[in-house]
Amino acid sequence: MAIDMQLDRHILRRTDSSDEEIVVNFGPQHPSTHGVINFVTQTNGEVIRRSVPDVGYLHRGLEKIGEMVPYPGYMPFTDRIDYLAAMFANEGYALAIERLLGVEAPPRAKYIRAIAGELCRISNHFISVGTMAQDIGAATPLTHALRERESVNDLLEELCGARLTFNFHRIGGVAFDLPTGWGDKVLRFLDHLDSYIQEWDRLITFNEIFVKRLANVGIITREKAIDYGLAGPNLRGSGVNWDIRRDMPYGAYPDLDFNIPVGAGRFGTLGDCWDRYFVRVQEIVESSKIVRQALAKLPEGDIQAKVARKLKPEAGEAVGRVESARGEMLYYVVSDGSEKAYRLRVRTGSFMAMAIIEELSHGIMVADLIAIIASLDVVAPEVDR
Amino acid sequence: MRITLGLDSTSLTRRYPRLAILVTLFMAFALPLGLYIAALAIFPLNTPERLDAMARQWFGVELANSPYRYPVYALFLLLVAFIAVNYAAVFGGASTWVERRVAGRMQSRIGPNRTGAAGFLAWVADAVKMVLKEDTIPASADDLLFRAAPYFSMVGLLLPFVVLPFGEATVVTDMNVGVFYVAATSAFVVVGILVSGWASNSKWALFGGIRGAAQVLSYEIPAGIALMVPVLMAGTLSMQGIVRAQGGWPWEWFVMRNPAAFVAFFIAVTSSLAEGNRTPFDLPEAESELVAGYHAEYSGFRLAIFLMVEWANMWIMAGLAVTLFLGGWQVPGITEETYKSALGSGLVPSPLWFVWQLLSMFIFVVKTWALVFVFIWLRWTLPRVRVDQLMTLCWKYLVPGAFLCFIVTLLWQLVVPPVGMTITGIAFTVFALLLLVKFLVDMRRNIDKVKGDRVDLSNW
Repeated sequence: MAIDMQLDRHILRRTDSSDEEIVVNFGPQHPSTHGVINFVTQTNGEVIRRSVPDVGYLHRGLEKIGEMVPYPGYMPFTDRIDYLAAMFANEGYALAIERLLGVEAPPRAKYIRAIAGELCRISNHFISVGTMAQDIGAATPLTHALRERESVNDLLEELCGARLTFNFHRIGGVAFDLPTGWGDKVLRFLDHLDSYIQEWDRLITFNEIFVKRLANVGIITREKAIDYGLAGPNLRGSGVNWDIRRDMPYGAYPDLDFNIPVGAGRFGTLGDCWDRYFVRVQEIVESSKIVRQALAKLPEGDIQAKVARKLKPEAGEAVGRVESARGEMLYYVVSDGSEKAYRLRVRTGSFMAMAIIEELSHGIMVADLIAIIASLDVVAPEVDR
Repeated sequence: MRITLGLDSTSLTRRYPRLAILVTLFMAFALPLGLYIAALAIFPLNTPERLDAMARQWFGVELANSPYRYPVYALFLLLVAFIAVNYAAVFGGASTWVERRVAGRMQSRIGPNRTGAAGFLAWVADAVKMVLKEDTIPASADDLLFRAAPYFSMVGLLLPFVVLPFGEATVVTDMNVGVFYVAATSAFVVVGILVSGWASNSKWALFGGIRGAAQVLSYEIPAGIALMVPVLMAGTLSMQGIVRAQGGWPWEWFVMRNPAAFVAFFIAVTSSLAEGNRTPFDLPEAESELVAGYHAEYSGFRLAIFLMVEWANMWIMAGLAVTLFLGGWQVPGITEETYKSALGSGLVPSPLWFVWQLLSMFIFVVKTWALVFVFIWLRWTLPRVRVDQLMTLCWKYLVPGAFLCFIVTLLWQLVVPPVGMTITGIAFTVFALLLLVKFLVDMRRNIDKVKGDRVDLSNW
């Protein structure tokens, strides 16, 4: 409450407000803020003068927890950083600690990580594009997206026993090998998915109203996207061809062949909401390709490298960065030689995306703010950690 | 205190499954049918002169000069109003069930299927639940206006029922300014929206209220001009007159007889979607933007009224379009003389007359439901437009388009002889049939693409 009022005063002092303008708290309980985020918004009727994101409602001190628990014990906590794409949060942390220890996961584990990760990306992107459609006012695409996501969740549940917070990765490998016959189930799902995406595009992607609502809205130029440190689909939507999986390879990705979809300004200007949305739709198709390849090339062998039961890495620091569904996810770990981290820092895509909202919010309509928030695919726990 | 109503699946209906089916059948068929028959029996008697005649013939009472004449007539009118209001409420409720089932089907889920057979009684349960809820009034709201707002909307919903013809003889009153009356009174809904938005003292509600006002007032204009097209073609503002000027066959409908009317029909339907706040024009209550819009602060019975108005309005929207453009209650092959000869000269018409009347009502109800289904499909398919796009559509496209239709219709009526209109009618009917065939073929192809339509009746 106190922070809201501070922000209110902060806004009102900085602008010469007239009686026409009102300050609206878009959130923290609002159907379209994708979690508990508050957008303190100053509007003149339908036109927004500025909107300032007020984050921190979901702050759970996850980085501090990382300094309080032993290295392997932190893995379940990483799930909670981004519960819609928990595989990547797991994987980034595992990578960082592996580099700290100087161990490497066996090839089979790397491939399983890639398969699980890309399935998780499909699941996450379905939520993202589905809620995008929901925020634009179409109710049906979201339920279709959730139906497809359920199939992915079923597959991942068979793999690791959980549907949302997977806790699947281990330092130096993964927790479980693939169940018998699981690969065929995945392939059957992917066959369905590839034809379903065409139906999805007919239903919503190229819908006239949908395109009109998103094209030329919330334009982020190439330079601005780099300046604000955007990551992942938000960055690629602005036409920057940058993907950690290809440009700073890790895991099994160097062996796999896939395209990096980037925005092209197809219906409006490069870097508008529709570009960011369409990058995600295309990434679903690419992820499906990656999973097929990884299943075909899956090597035999162990799924877990030899790692001591009690981890005591030498003093030093390491960085693990993965291409999460919401962009680059970076774990920076400093060790002081004990069995707990001295410092753990997490960098996430959503937090970077929050910063640009204020800049984009000048002079847009109320409905555009919703479109921009949805197109940046902001997830509250990833913002606050 | 726990209130057991016997309507929830855990108690009475579970113990007596047949009771559930019986209650459902009653609510789904007997209740609306009863209302139709009551309307058919009572609406034609709806003038003081007819009442006088009835009193004289059946009760031997001379009412004409009695001081009780107008009190009796007023009581009679109350009965008429009771039927009309109940019809609106029953349609509003039942259409929520239809909408939820259709939406469930479109979204690959089930929809309500617990209360009553096929979940039909869900709307009754919803209504009962809402009536039992506390009627909360925010501390800082404008108390009087906040309480009054739902009734403004309800008045706006119910007044058009006065002139909406359900059948050849089934209309409360056939005003000679019927179309004008509908256009004027249906705008009352926006008073409720605006007042509720203002009185709630909530920013979201205010947004919704102002959006609603801007939207409905803007779309009154293209709607009004588009409604003038059938008026020009019929030469009367009376709703019954407009229906009588059309015929039962599709090529005798106004929408087919004139290219401008074809366009005007779509303009009128689009505008009425916007006036009824249906997707893609549901901005006043845009859930993802304004939480719930103008009724964000409402609860209990007052919310129930707002929701009833929203759904029952579909009947007005669809019924108006059917009456003005799609031939209304006209039965193919039955002319005005058929009704007249079946009516006879006595106070009670022959049984055949009732058959024709019921048939005409049936035709009207079928057409209107078909249009209601289209509204439902649109709602669950399309995204929402933005405020400025909404205004652009109205002022830049629909208003000039409606004007153009108006002028073309004027010239058309002057220049084209009736034979030309019949030829146009047949041509447009063929065109519409081709569109229908294309629709069915496309639907078939899309269903084949996803390897067949799967209907699961096990949990219907």
